Amino acid sequence: MTQVTMTVNGKAASGEVEGRTLLSSFLRDQLKLTGTHVGCDTSQCGACVVHVDGVAVKACTMLAAEADGADVATIEGQANADGSLNVIQQAFQDHHGLQCGFCTPGMVMSAAALLKENPKPSEAEVRDYLEGNICRCTGYHNIVKAIMAASGQDVGAIAAE
Amino acid sequence: MPKDGGIGASSKRREDVRFLTGAGNYTDDINIHGQAHVFFLRSDIAHGTLNAIDTTAASALPGVVRIFTGADFEGVGGMPCGWQVTDKHGQPMKEPAHPVLATGKVRHVGEPIAAVVAETLEQARDAAEAIDVDITDLPAVVDMKAALASSDTRVHDELEDNLCYDWGFVEENKAAADAAFEAAAHVTTLELVNNRLVANPMEPRVAVGDYARSTDEHTLYTTSQNPHVIRLLMGAFVLGIPEHKLRVVAPDVGGGFGTKIFHYQEEAFCTFAAKACNRPVKWTSSRSEAFMSDAHGRDHVTKIELALDSDNNFTALRTETHANMGAYLSTFAPSVPTWLHGTLMAGNYKTPLIYVNVKAVFTNTVPVDAYRGAGRPEATFQLERVVDKAARELGVDPIALRRQNFITEFPYATPVAVEYDTGDYHATMDKLEEMGDFAGFAARRAESEAKGKLRGLGVNCYIEACGIAPSNLVGQLGARAGLYESATVRVNATGGLVVMTGSHSHGQGHETSFAQVVAEMIGIDESMIEIVHGDTSKVPMGMGTYGSRSIAVGGSAMVRATEKIIAKAKKIASHLLEASETDIELKDGAFSVAGTDKSVAWGDVTLAAYVPHNYPLEDIEPGLEETAFYDPSNFTYPSGAYACEVEVDPDTGKVSIERFAAADDFGNIINPMIVTGQVHGGLAQGIGQALLENCAYDENGQLLSASYMDYAMPRADDLPMFAVDHSCQTPCTHNPLGVKGCGEAGAIGSPPAVVNAVVDALQSAGKAVTHVDMPLSPDRVWAAMNG
Repeated sequence: MTQVTMTVNGKAASGEVEGRTLLSSFLRDQLKLTGTHVGCDTSQCGACVVHVDGVAVKACTMLAAEADGADVATIEGQANADGSLNVIQQAFQDHHGLQCGFCTPGMVMSAAALLKENPKPSEAEVRDYLEGNICRCTGYHNIVKAIMAASGQDVGAIAAE
Repeated sequence: MPKDGGIGASSKRREDVRFLTGAGNYTDDINIHGQAHVFFLRSDIAHGTLNAIDTTAASALPGVVRIFTGADFEGVGGMPCGWQVTDKHGQPMKEPAHPVLATGKVRHVGEPIAAVVAETLEQARDAAEAIDVDITDLPAVVDMKAALASSDTRVHDELEDNLCYDWGFVEENKAAADAAFEAAAHVTTLELVNNRLVANPMEPRVAVGDYARSTDEHTLYTTSQNPHVIRLLMGAFVLGIPEHKLRVVAPDVGGGFGTKIFHYQEEAFCTFAAKACNRPVKWTSSRSEAFMSDAHGRDHVTKIELALDSDNNFTALRTETHANMGAYLSTFAPSVPTWLHGTLMAGNYKTPLIYVNVKAVFTNTVPVDAYRGAGRPEATFQLERVVDKAARELGVDPIALRRQNFITEFPYATPVAVEYDTGDYHATMDKLEEMGDFAGFAARRAESEAKGKLRGLGVNCYIEACGIAPSNLVGQLGARAGLYESATVRVNATGGLVVMTGSHSHGQGHETSFAQVVAEMIGIDESMIEIVHGDTSKVPMGMGTYGSRSIAVGGSAMVRATEKIIAKAKKIASHLLEASETDIELKDGAFSVAGTDKSVAWGDVTLAAYVPHNYPLEDIEPGLEETAFYDPSNFTYPSGAYACEVEVDPDTGKVSIERFAAADDFGNIINPMIVTGQVHGGLAQGIGQALLENCAYDENGQLLSASYMDYAMPRADDLPMFAVDHSCQTPCTHNPLGVKGCGEAGAIGSPPAVVNAVVDALQSAGKAVTHVDMPLSPDRVWAAMNG
C-alpha cells in the first residue's frame, strides 16, 4: 500500500492505495466523491473526466499514485462559492443538456477544459472535442448548444427549444 | 408567449441541479457498512456441457467469503418470462428453464457460471480466476435460419428444435392476403436485416442486496426502470420472498432504454447472497460484462412484400420475420416480435389485408428483449423501406405514394387488431416538407456533387402504439402482468404535496413534468410539489417506465388522484365558506364561491384537513391523501414524418448526416423542452442503428463487439443539429391529458429515413442499389456501390 496525498477541489486529501488503484476508484471509494462516474472499462466513455493540474484526464486511466501531489478538480468542486451553478453547469440546465445525468459530470469537466483552451469554439470544434465523451440520452444537440451558450455565443439560431 | 409554469411550459428540470453538481444518488454510489463484493465468472464459450466446477482452491484465497454455483440454487425458481405467446397452431411457446447460475450446460458467452463473494472486488476477481471449470465444447447455433434448418444442435436439449414459436397474425387473413397478391398489379419485395443492438445506457447495471435478520426483510437496490415488477418477479417466482418482506429501490438510474426493464440473475443473486452470507452484497457491472449480460435488442431478419393495384393503392402486405430470442427468454422477449410488432404493420396506411408471420428462434447468444421502441422500430423500418422501394420501382414520388395511401379518418380499425384513435398524417408531412426545405434539395445536391459527393434525401412516416397498455387486452394476448399505473397524492397540512408515482424516471425528467401537471390542476407553484418514485416502500404498486407510457398512463393516474384530492378539498372549502359544494371553484390555488368574493386559500383548506377543528367530520374523514390506479382503455398512437439528407463519399462509402428533420404528433405536450430532448435522443439512437451500431457474433458464438472499442456508439461528431417540431397535435381521445408519449418516436422513425436517403444518393449516381443492410458502414456502402 502506498500513501498518496493530493489537493482535491481545494482541500487536502490523502489515503492508502494499492499500486493498481485507479484515480477514479480513489475518488469514489475513499474520498466518497461519487460524482465522478465510471461508464466503461476501455477509457472510451468519458464519464470519469476530472482535471489534474488543470488538464482534463479520464480518472479511470490514471493510477491514484500518479496523482500524488497533484491538484485535482472534480464535478463536486465546480459550483460557485455560494453553491449556485457555475456558467457551464447553468448552461447545461438552461439548454437541457442532460437527461439521466450519468455522463454529465464528465461532459461538464470536458466542456470546462475545452473553453479554457478555446473560449469561443465553433459547433464543429465542440463536437470534435467531445469525441471522448459518450452520451446516450441527448443526441448531443443540447450539450453542444449548452457549451456554445456557456462560451457567450448566441445559440438562438440553433433549432428547437 | 411561452408559459411560466404548468402544462405547456418549458420548465427547467429540477433534477438537473443534483446531477450537475455530482450529488446524484446512483446505485453504484450506495455502499452499505460491511458489504462484500461479487464477481461473476461468466462463460467464455457459447455452448458447452458443464461437467464440473471445482471451487476448492479459489475458496481458500484471501478475502473469499463464499463461492456460489448453480448447485446452490437448487430449489430456487428460474428466471421468469412475463409474456406467453400462443403459436399459429394454438400451442404455447416453448419456455425453457433459465437458471440463476448455469446448470448442466452453458448457452451463451457471458452466462454466469459461478459467483464469488469476497471482501474486495479485486479479491473476488482473483478467486474467480482460480475456479476450475470443466466444460465440453459443443457446436454453437448463431444464425437463425441455420438454427431452424437442423435440430442436431439444440440450445435446449429438452426441446425438439430451436423454434420458440411460429406465430401467424392475423391467421384468418392469410388466405385473403395471398389472394390479393395473386391479383396485384405490382408487388414489391424486400429482404432486410434489423441489426442486433446493445442498449448501452451510460450507467452499467448494479445490484446491492441487503438483509435484516432481525426483521427477515430483504432490500435490493438496483438499476431498474420498474422496481415493483422486479419485486414481484423476484419475490414470487425466483426466491420465494413475500412482497411485504422485500423492498426494491431504484434510485437515480442512468438511462434504461428498455434494457433495465428486465429481471436479471444478478439481482436475484445479490438478494439471495445477502441472506446466505449475512452481509450486504454488491455487484457492479463492467461495460464488458454489460455487453454480454444486458439483454440485447432488435435482431430480426425479414422478408416483406407489398401488393399494389394499378392505381398504386396498397392492397395487401405480407411479412415473414425470424426473430432472435437468444439463448433464454428474457422477461418480455416473446412480446416484442409479436404484439409490439405485428400490430403496427399497418403503419400510417389503409392497407386492407395484412399477414405477419414470425418465427422466434433460440440461438447461443445473449437474450434479446425490448430496446427503445421494441418491435415498433422493426415494423416501421421494413414497412417504410418497402414503400420507398415500391415508389422507386413504380417511378412515383415516395411522398405522393405515401400520401395517397394515408389513413385519413379516425377512429380507424386496422386489420392488425388495433384501433387508432386520432392522427393527421398529412399535417405532419406538410410540416416536414416545410422544415426539410425540400424545394431547396436540388440545389443542395448540386453543391454536394460539385464537391464530388453524392447527396440523397430520404423520407418516411411512422406510427407507434404507446401508453402501454390496457390490462384486459394484453392479458388476452399473453401478458402475465397488468399494465396500469398508480399514483398517491399526499397533501401536507401546510399545502405542499408529494406525488408518489409508479412511473420511474431515469432521464425523462418526471420530477419536473409531473409537478407541472399537478401545479396546473391546483393552481399552485411547482415548487410546492415533490415527485417521489423508485422505492417500493414509498410508492404504491406501479408498473414502471417503458413503452412511452409514463405521462400517458402514470400521468393519468396522477391526474385521477389529484382530481380526488380536489373533490375532497372542495367539500372542505364548502364547509369553511358555508356554501354549496357545487358552487365552489378552484382557481389559482384558492377556492371561491361562484359569483361572490368569498374565498379561502389552498393552504387554509389543507390545514383544516389535518387540524379539523372546524370541519365536516360527520361527512368526510380528516386528512388529504388519495390514490388512483389508471388502466388505459386503448394504446396511444403518436405518429410523424421524418426526413434525412445524407452525403455519401463515393470514394470511401462514408455517409454523413447533413440535415435531419422530425415532425411529430404527440398529442398534447406537458414540457416542450423535455419532449424535444426525448426526440433528439431517440434520433441519435436510430441514426446510430442505421449508420454505426452492430452487435456482432462470429460463427462460434463469440461476441465480437464487447466494448466501446468494437461497438460504435454515436459520438458528438457523428450527428448534426436536429430540426424537431411537435406543433401538429391531435390529442389522444381516451386519457385525461390528451397525451400520447414521446420517448421512443425518434428511435422508431429515424432508421428508414437514413437508409432511404442513402439509397437515393446511390441511385442518383446511377447505381442499381435498392437496399443496404444496417449499419450503413463505409465498407457496406462502398461494397453496395461497387458490387
